[in-house]
Parts: sequence; structure tokens; C-alpha cells
Amino acid sequence: MALDQLIVTKFGTDAEHEMILNMGPQHPSTHGVINFVVQADGEVMKKAVPQVGYLHRAIEKIGEIVTYPGFMPYTDRIDYLAAMFANEGYALAVEKLLGLQVPPRAQYLRAISCELNRIASHLISLGTMAMDIGAVTPFPYALRERESINDLLEALCGARLTYNYHRIGGVAFDMPEDWMPLCRKWLDHFEKILHEWDRLISFNEIFVERLAGMGTIPADMAVNYGLVGPNLRASGVDFDLRRDEPYGAYPDFKFKIPIGTAYAGKHRGGQVGDCYDRFYCRVLECRESLLIVRQALDKFPDGDFMAKVPRKIKPEVGEAQSRIEAARGEMAYYVVSDGGERAYRVRARTGSFLAMGIIEDLSRGLMIADLVALIASLDVVAPEIDR
Amino acid sequence: MPGLTFEQIHQRLVEKFGDAVGPLSPPKKDPFCVFAAPRLREICRFLKDDPALYFDFLEDLTATDHPKENLIRVVYHFYSYRHRHLFIAKVELDRKDPQVDSLEPLWKAANWMEREVFDLFGVTFRGHSDLRRILMPDDWVGNPLRKDYTESGGYRGISNVRDNPLDLYLNMDRQVRAEQAAAQPPEAAASPAAAPKTEG
Amino acid sequence: MADQATKDLKGYSHDPGASAALVTTSTNLIEDLINWSRRSSMFYLLFGLACCGIELMQTGGPRADLDRFGSVPRATPRQSDLMIVAGTLTYKMAIRCKLLYQQMAEPKYVISMGSCANCGGLFQLSYSVVKGVDKIIPVDVYVPGCPPRPEALTEGFLRVQELIKREKLKTKMRPKKSGTGAGYDLPEVA
Repeated sequence: MALDQLIVTKFGTDAEHEMILNMGPQHPSTHGVINFVVQADGEVMKKAVPQVGYLHRAIEKIGEIVTYPGFMPYTDRIDYLAAMFANEGYALAVEKLLGLQVPPRAQYLRAISCELNRIASHLISLGTMAMDIGAVTPFPYALRERESINDLLEALCGARLTYNYHRIGGVAFDMPEDWMPLCRKWLDHFEKILHEWDRLISFNEIFVERLAGMGTIPADMAVNYGLVGPNLRASGVDFDLRRDEPYGAYPDFKFKIPIGTAYAGKHRGGQVGDCYDRFYCRVLECRESLLIVRQALDKFPDGDFMAKVPRKIKPEVGEAQSRIEAARGEMAYYVVSDGGERAYRVRARTGSFLAMGIIEDLSRGLMIADLVALIASLDVVAPEIDR
Repeated sequence: MPGLTFEQIHQRLVEKFGDAVGPLSPPKKDPFCVFAAPRLREICRFLKDDPALYFDFLEDLTATDHPKENLIRVVYHFYSYRHRHLFIAKVELDRKDPQVDSLEPLWKAANWMEREVFDLFGVTFRGHSDLRRILMPDDWVGNPLRKDYTESGGYRGISNVRDNPLDLYLNMDRQVRAEQAAAQPPEAAASPAAAPKTEG
Repeated sequence: MADQATKDLKGYSHDPGASAALVTTSTNLIEDLINWSRRSSMFYLLFGLACCGIELMQTGGPRADLDRFGSVPRATPRQSDLMIVAGTLTYKMAIRCKLLYQQMAEPKYVISMGSCANCGGLFQLSYSVVKGVDKIIPVDVYVPGCPPRPEALTEGFLRVQELIKREKLKTKMRPKKSGTGAGYDLPEVA
């Protein structure tokens, strides 16, 4: 098969002296169906080459076949753990093409649903990271909290996972009457859960020592390889789209941006941009998202939840790009229109795709178990890579 | 955007490179300009290194297929973290044999994105360290995101159409009854033969 | 006609859904014992491919718990007897799916979870998606949904348990001669 050619091109002809192992595509520790061909000398790796494409579902081609509103469910499947962001990005791009103004209530609803989804996505990412390292207990804790968020979002839009909630021009449904007190009650409960999470795993001595100083990505390398989102911020680059290129309702909120500062501590060998920094930045981001949702609920405006959108969406000829700060980093949508009912080209550039490109160069000298921790800390998810 | 605007960046590029940089397109929501393909790497090195521009993040690298104009356009989105400005550029390539210089020496983020464009559009990037298919299987034929791509009817024996479920159930039913009729002794084979007509 | 129908249905059903209410007339104690032990400890292979994989994880999670049926997730097909295909199967993955299915030991069962595994789902327009996992492997229970709720997957799991409950020692649900029960032949995926 093509594995022979791969071995010759990537590993050199003297790969006979080392083991060529195949990790995946079905493996409980790779976040979705990703394959790694690992050249290892015992436990220490020389190179780990990721092979992707096992979940390539041709979503970008389908964007040229279905109409503009009909593409919204497909954006859910680009990143199913943080589907609200993918919805919002596409809606923003098409609204830019149409020149639509989204009413403030819809923008607040978008922000609330997105931040709740960010917490849910980070919970899965932190839980699976702990599970990959070997600590199986935090994962059901994370799933339990995620069930509550699923209930809240189900009351809002009817679905647990692939929401299809944001529409071109606003959102699909208004907030139900008794939703706000339920959400506030859950937010108070979740704040205590975050303290419990810290005591359970974040400050756990074994966990911190395992991750400190491993897989360090310096800031210029992170920018050159195109890392985005929590991966980039953990390497020390102070950039967040919500503050620096704000969109939607984010200018109304005050929140901090957690940056990596070697949270593991110098005495444990922690460095800026190691795996523990990426882990802890996500924990801190959950806290900030909680504050954002509280502020949004306090300032919630009245009005329409959907703008006046024409029945057939036919933007004029042109192209638009929209960028949003999704849970896994900056997601950029690029929509080209030729004046018809269907898009000419839809492109979704996701954060996980670029994060995979760095693994091959970082994997030199790591052990195979460390590779698992590295992939988990980068928070890659297969549909974002393959679309 | 606190940094330079599209017009100012374009102005600076035209001053340095003259004809190699095309005019800025009318601002149809997001203006772009077209670079000349042979001088792409020079212009991009200037974009990356010049202190006033300093585009250190290659945000997106993709392509669009235009069979009517016989072109494939490769689209580049650049962003600068230092100055917080954005720029969009395109390169126009001939559709029969699209080739362009790779930007991998400048931004490592281009590595995988160029592999994706190679896989889905068939554009060859000169100087890329590892140009092979990334999303499709290695023995796939064709470039799927081109506008004239047609499916070849399945992959390694797996067909790409699905029967109508009603036909499926009928077939299943007939198959099982035929097996049961064959398993029974020959003189009883006459009576089950009447059953499919009344129940089928 | 009616008694021929019940004779046919005795222990071997053409329509598993309708016969869930029928009482099996098997009095063979050993069959009952074997079927009970098989269905009460089905280890499922973690084959979460896409979005349905997350709902599979949530079904194994705290609220809708699959572990109470005695079923734990296994990572390797050698130790599992139930394969829950959760998510979209692409052509690139189909070869591995067939390999994993062949690596499982008999008796093995397959649940096809979600629209994408049932028939291609909303990706039927796609060029790289297998239109249903039953083109590759024989399926016992189809669970509809996009993604199915944990309650729906639990119902599918219980249906598989019903199928096992009615098994005879000598015959299995899938007729061996015609390949798969779906009316397709398993293609030779090289």
C-alpha cells in the first residue's frame, strides 16, 4: 500500500533498524479518526507522521450544491463539539455578503449560546486529556456537567449536539421564559464545580509533573505554524479575536484573556507554552466564559431575534471572510458568491488543521505516551481537520 | 482594524513591486489584489519582513476553480499580530497545468494547507517538502473540488449509490423465502411457491 | 397461513420489531443460559467516528449509563463482541472498518448508529462517504437519529439484547449462505 512509499519518503531507507508503528485510525486516544505512523527506537520516537482524511466528508463541496440557508446544518458537523461557533461564523460571512444588520437580542443570544458551548467543548477537551494521560475519573465529571449544558441548550434550540441554531440574520428561536433563572442557577453551581475540578486534577501533583515542560512551543514557532486559540495564547501571544477584532455582542462584555505563563511552576520544569499551560488556559477560559454569560444575562436586551431576511438569499457577486474565536481557535470562513442561490465556494479554515501540522516537528525525542499527551493538549478534533 | 487599511498596504506594495501587483479590486465586501505568479515568493517575503507590514500569520491558503475563465485562483489571507491588519491576495494559474511557488519556507503553516490544495484542486507547489495527498485516499483519481469533477462510481468495489429501501426489503424477503424453499423437501416446494404471490 | 407464519417465527423472525412481544417457546435451558450470559455482558468496541461518537460517549457516561447492562467499552476488536458504528464512514475508513469487523470473534453484532451509518445521512451528496455501513458489514440494529439521543441508543442496545435472547444454538440471525442479511454481498475490499 502507500505505507511502503511513506516509509521510504518520510523515514528514510534505514528504517529497518527501527520500529514503524501504526497508531490509529481507530484508537481511544486520538480525538477522532486520525492515524499516526510512528518511527520509534524503543519508546523514544524519531518522528510521528500524522495521516488524516479518514473523516473527509466533502462539506466544502456540499456548500456548492445546497443553498445558503441549507448549508447551516453542515457547519454543525465541521466541529461538532463547538457547533455554535461554526454556525455563527458562516452566518457572519453570509450576512457580510448580504449587508445585513443582526438585531441586538440575536447577538446576545448568539453570544450566550456560544459561550455555553465553549464551556461544554472545553470540558470534553479537558476530560479526554486527563483520560489520555491515564486519569480516568475526571472524564465522567466533565460529562456530567456537559449533560447540564446539553439540557440548557436543548431547551433553547431543541438539539443536544448539532444545534443548527444560528441562522442567517439572527437565531432560530427566542429564549424561553423560564430559561434565564435556570441558567443562572446552573452558573452558580458550575462555579463551585470549577473549584472541584481544580482540586481533582488541575493541581494534582502527578498530573502537573507529567505535563510540565513537555511539548513546549515557543511563541514565534506557534505564530509561524499558524496555531490559533488557546494553543497560541498558552505560548504567550496575547491575542483573542473577541477583544482585538470584536464581532457581535462582545464589545459589551468585560473579560480577561488567560495567557500562558508557565503555570506548572519553575520548580517542576514548567515552561511557557508546554502542555500544562495549554491545559490550564482552557480551565481559565471556562471561568471567563462563565463571567461573560452572567454579564450577557444581566444586560439582555429586548427586540427581535431575527432580522428581515429575503425569502431567497441571493447575495450579489463578491466574496466575504469572517473570523470568529471558536473553542479550538480562530475559525475563518471564506464565502465566494456568484450571484446565485448557491455559493460558489465555501471554505472553513479551522484551528485543528493547522495544529496537526506542528506535531511532526515537535515529536522528535518524545516518548510514545508523550505523543498522546501532546495531541490531547493541542485539542484537535477530527472533523475540523478533515471537514 | 487599528493597523493599515487595504489601500495603504496596496499602495506600499505597488511602490515596491510595480507591475507585479495588480490593482485593488473594488471593495465588494472584501477587497483583494492579484499578484503575478512568478514573483510571488519575493512579494510574500517583503510582506513578512517589512516592519510596517509584518504579516507573521498566514491565515488561510485556499483555491477557487473557474472553468469558464480557464483559471484556478489560489487565495492567500495574511494577518499581522503586531499591527492587527489583514490582507487578501490572489494568484491566477492556468487550469491545464497549475504550478506556483510554495510558501512553506516563509510560513510553516503553508505546509498542510498547500497539500490540501494539491489534493483537492491539483495545483503543484514548487519547493514543497512533502507534496502528497492529505484528505483523499492515496489511490484516489481526480481532484474533487474542481467544478468538472465527476465521481467514478465507487471505490475499490464499494458502490456509491444506495437502493431504494422498498426494493431492499423486497429483495431481502425474496432471498430468505427462496432459501427456505430450497431447504424444504422437494414435494413441499410447490406450496410455499404460492405464498410470495399472496404476501409479496 | 397463520400457523405457518408462527412456525416460521418460532425462534427465527423475519421482522424483529414486531416479534418483540412474542414469547419464545424455547425450553432448552442451555440455550437460555448461554443467551443470558452473552447478552448481559456485551463489550462494545469504541468505534466512534464522528458526532455520534460523542453521543456514544455520553451514553456510556453518567446519566444514560450503558454499564448497568454489563457492557463496557473496549478499545480493541479482539475483546469486543458488539461494534457500534457511530458516525460517518468514509471510503478511506471503510477498509479499516472491514478489517476491524473481521478481527472480532464470533458471535458478533453490529449496531449502526445515526443517519450517516444507516444510509449516508445528510452526506449522501458527498463524494467520499460510504452510503451506509451495511455496504461493508452486516448490521443487526439500525438506530436512527442525527445524532440519536442516549435514550435512543439504549433502545437499540436493548433490541440487540432481544435478538440474542431469541437465538438458537445452531442457527444465527444472519443466514450464512446469502452473505449479509441486507441483500448485498460483502465486497472484496482489498
